[in-house]
Amino acid sequence: MAQPEPTQEDNLTVEHEHTTHSQGFYLAIGAILLVLTVTTAVVAFINLGPFNPVVALLIATIKATLVVLFFMHVKGASEKMTGVVVISGFFFLAILLTLSLADYMTRSWR
Amino acid sequence: MTADHEAHNPALLHHFADAQQQKNAASLGMWLFLVTEIMFFGGMFCAYLIYRLAYFNAFAAGSQQLNIWMGGINTAVLIVSSVTVVLAVKAAEAGKRKLLTGYLVVTVLLGMTFLVIKGFEYAEKFEKHHVPGSTFNFTEKFDDNGKQIDVNPKEAELFFSLYFVMTGMHALHMVIGCGLFSTLAVLAWKGHFTANYFTPIENGGLYWHLVDIIWIYLFPLLYLISRHT
Repeated sequence: MAQPEPTQEDNLTVEHEHTTHSQGFYLAIGAILLVLTVTTAVVAFINLGPFNPVVALLIATIKATLVVLFFMHVKGASEKMTGVVVISGFFFLAILLTLSLADYMTRSWR
Repeated sequence: MTADHEAHNPALLHHFADAQQQKNAASLGMWLFLVTEIMFFGGMFCAYLIYRLAYFNAFAAGSQQLNIWMGGINTAVLIVSSVTVVLAVKAAEAGKRKLLTGYLVVTVLLGMTFLVIKGFEYAEKFEKHHVPGSTFNFTEKFDDNGKQIDVNPKEAELFFSLYFVMTGMHALHMVIGCGLFSTLAVLAWKGHFTANYFTPIENGGLYWHLVDIIWIYLFPLLYLISRHT
């Protein structure tokens, strides 16, 4: 999928005030998000067996990543600590989900 | 902002070296709050996934009863509202007061559209007696690719309990977001924000996007992953 790049790379200088992209860039990201929404709804009606949840959550994660990086301006944020906080947040969420599910999904084995 | 400190930019607080540092600190603090929100919703997502494993047929049957059209349209409404939020931040950065106010008002209207659609969806649940409690009644079957499977209504009730808790908590966040953005719209109209100071717009935007992201996950988990028939 052709993903438009910001027209100017203005993330290099820490002091730079402008973190936003062009209006066209935001509209393009919004259009990609809408296309992905339609895609995930259509794919839900196709029987992929165990891969239906996988595809649905993969598309949701792509959408969430687009929002975090470009709408919430984590990519190109002047404060590098923000990236650390965001990644640590999702890391602890991953611990919560994987350890809990690793327990419950293996209980029937005895 | 105290009036007796007119020598410097009134928006810059004393304990910050410059505006950029103040902005970075506000953004970092907002993100820390958002991380607590992620963990708050994460607990509910975790409970949902565990019970879906335990009572798969009932959860799939319950999920198949949800209105995929209203859920899908609401997803689109939230995505469009996220676009108007980033455009509001961009307008604030450019110092365009009227444009900023306009985008904030449109965002509130889109948020209210979401809540109205959600209200119709809840009404449908009441009509079908799918609201947990003494009137709960679930006779629908799990359509497993054409094969009709009976499910335990008690287990289906658990699905709808989680559905109402998760979408209800999300809707509460939307109500708070609409109030927040209405306040920001009034402040923006009064000229409270300038090209040098619009941190509340940015941080309010971060909140709105996070609520959008939570819905981006709620939609497939509740509506989509048990659908294929």
